[in-house]
Amino acid sequence: MARTVPGVLAAFEHIDAACDAIQALRAQGRTDFTVYAAAHNHELEEAVGLPVSPVRLYTLFGGLTGVCAGVGMTYWMSLDWPLLVGGKPIATIPPYVVFMFELMVLLGSLSTVVGIVLLSLAKPTTGLAYDPRFSDDQIGIFVPCAGAEAASLERMFKDAGSVGVRHAA
Amino acid sequence: MATIVRDPSVPTQTHHEVTRDVVNTLGTAGRGYLLLLAGAVGLFLVGIGTFIMLLKDGLGLAGYNPPVFWSVFITTFVFWVGIGHAGTLISAILFLFRSPWRTAVYRATEAMTVFAVMTAGLFPIIHIGRQWFFYWLMPYPNQRWLWPNFKSPLVWDVFAISTYLTVSTTFLCVGLVPDVAAARDIMSGWRQKVYNIFSLGWKGTDNQWRHYSRAYLYLAALATPLVLSVHSVVSWDFAMSIIPGWHGTIFAPYFVAGAIYSGVGMVFTLLIPLRRVLKLEHMITDYHFDNLAKLTLFTGSILFYAYLMEYFVGWYSGNTFEQTTFWRRAFGPMWWGGWTMIICNAFVSQLLWFRKIRTNLTSLFIISIFINIGMWFERYVIITSSLGNDFLPFAWSQMNPTWADWGILAGSFGWFGMWFLLFARTFPVVAIQEIKEQIPYPRLRKGGH
Repeated sequence: MARTVPGVLAAFEHIDAACDAIQALRAQGRTDFTVYAAAHNHELEEAVGLPVSPVRLYTLFGGLTGVCAGVGMTYWMSLDWPLLVGGKPIATIPPYVVFMFELMVLLGSLSTVVGIVLLSLAKPTTGLAYDPRFSDDQIGIFVPCAGAEAASLERMFKDAGSVGVRHAA
Repeated sequence: MATIVRDPSVPTQTHHEVTRDVVNTLGTAGRGYLLLLAGAVGLFLVGIGTFIMLLKDGLGLAGYNPPVFWSVFITTFVFWVGIGHAGTLISAILFLFRSPWRTAVYRATEAMTVFAVMTAGLFPIIHIGRQWFFYWLMPYPNQRWLWPNFKSPLVWDVFAISTYLTVSTTFLCVGLVPDVAAARDIMSGWRQKVYNIFSLGWKGTDNQWRHYSRAYLYLAALATPLVLSVHSVVSWDFAMSIIPGWHGTIFAPYFVAGAIYSGVGMVFTLLIPLRRVLKLEHMITDYHFDNLAKLTLFTGSILFYAYLMEYFVGWYSGNTFEQTTFWRRAFGPMWWGGWTMIICNAFVSQLLWFRKIRTNLTSLFIISIFINIGMWFERYVIITSSLGNDFLPFAWSQMNPTWADWGILAGSFGWFGMWFLLFARTFPVVAIQEIKEQIPYPRLRKGGH
């Protein structure tokens, strides 16, 4: 069983209250908090202030690999045992563009999925306090902390407009 | 006095109501659903029985006769590939265009895409006769260590269809993860355990949404040209040959427009009964059907233009064989098929200029049946009439489908319907998280962001 991370979990029903709380945490210099939401939300994204996801690099790498694989496969297989078909060149670019394109899309998509998985695993959620309402209609903020710090965070969340704060130990 | 007009693209429900209403569709199946599923399984069994007979006695049972060796199976293959296109158009292209009406319907259409392409993929295998050699379609050397001919559009098609199936399945599964997590959090017992596995540890953290939202955008961007390319490649199966009636540069855009048109037709056929069976009338509304109908009208009008151009180019080519092929499509032995496709596709779609028809679900459902029939006949007419009337008039012949052709066709509808219905009860058929994205969170202070 995963070890529970001690900390404070606050639930919000109002988006502006949650954004205020996130900005207050950032003003304290904290970056170790986790924000839960049921849907992608630009206001929350701006408040958290994370940089653009590097998942695009996975897409780019996969796409380029696909194009190269398309070129390599068609040329190598055509030249491996040359067959003259319909008086056309043995290996030629125009019909092979289809394979380059299809493999670019295929490997680009699959590497994007690999990107989501690897990048999400880089910041694991195991042991972090969570509430099922966060996938429904509430916004959650979890801050790992202990002792006196937890009490001051609880006060800060309540002042910001939290509808419920609990301690995870 | 000024009145406030509600934006129909913004759902009227709260976040909680969206979760509850969609997750409720995953509950116990009602009688209507079970009847539909039983019908689909019945048709599928007809298809299985026919396929066993084809395996036992060979393709001679189907209506293959010289010179027509591409007939109902290839027709049905193109039909099902086409059906898939509307799903990706709605889920990927309209996502990039930020079209708000797609959210309520895109999950169902995306599932339709996956199951339609899955169905289509069976047909080249059924068509080849010796199914146990199907892997020769892949870049795999034969006994003489020869690789496939990469200049052949049939090999392009293998890559296009398998990429399309993989990418559309990936796109569907990625979109499902947050919604499965929402279902997991509302369920209990063994169902929660199952959904917990499928949710892949999703908790909706800022880090997860950050990567997910970007990745979804790139997947949509990759799927967009794929929609246009796949049916272009399918059209080149025909257009790259020199058969009269096939050898046209118009084929790629003509096939893509037709594919989207037929796909939207199938969306109506599926969604109109499904929203009733799953009690989703308040989520999938007249507003969504009106927009789908406009898309049908648009693509139907492109198709109308393509039909006119096809006949015009046939006449203008000055080629006797080309002219004869089109003359025979309209007035020869295949006249009934030719006119079925023109009436069902070109003319029936024009009824959608009227708003009353676009917002009347009974009319839309009837029109969708015409579209399905018309689009199947379009492919049947293009394929069999051209092959039946090629360059050797003494060999001209007519395709006569047999019970085996109809059995496999019926089985394909059953196979598709069975998977679609099972999906609709197992996974959220409406995208919970994207609908919630459209509903603003409440605020403590007045004023927006």
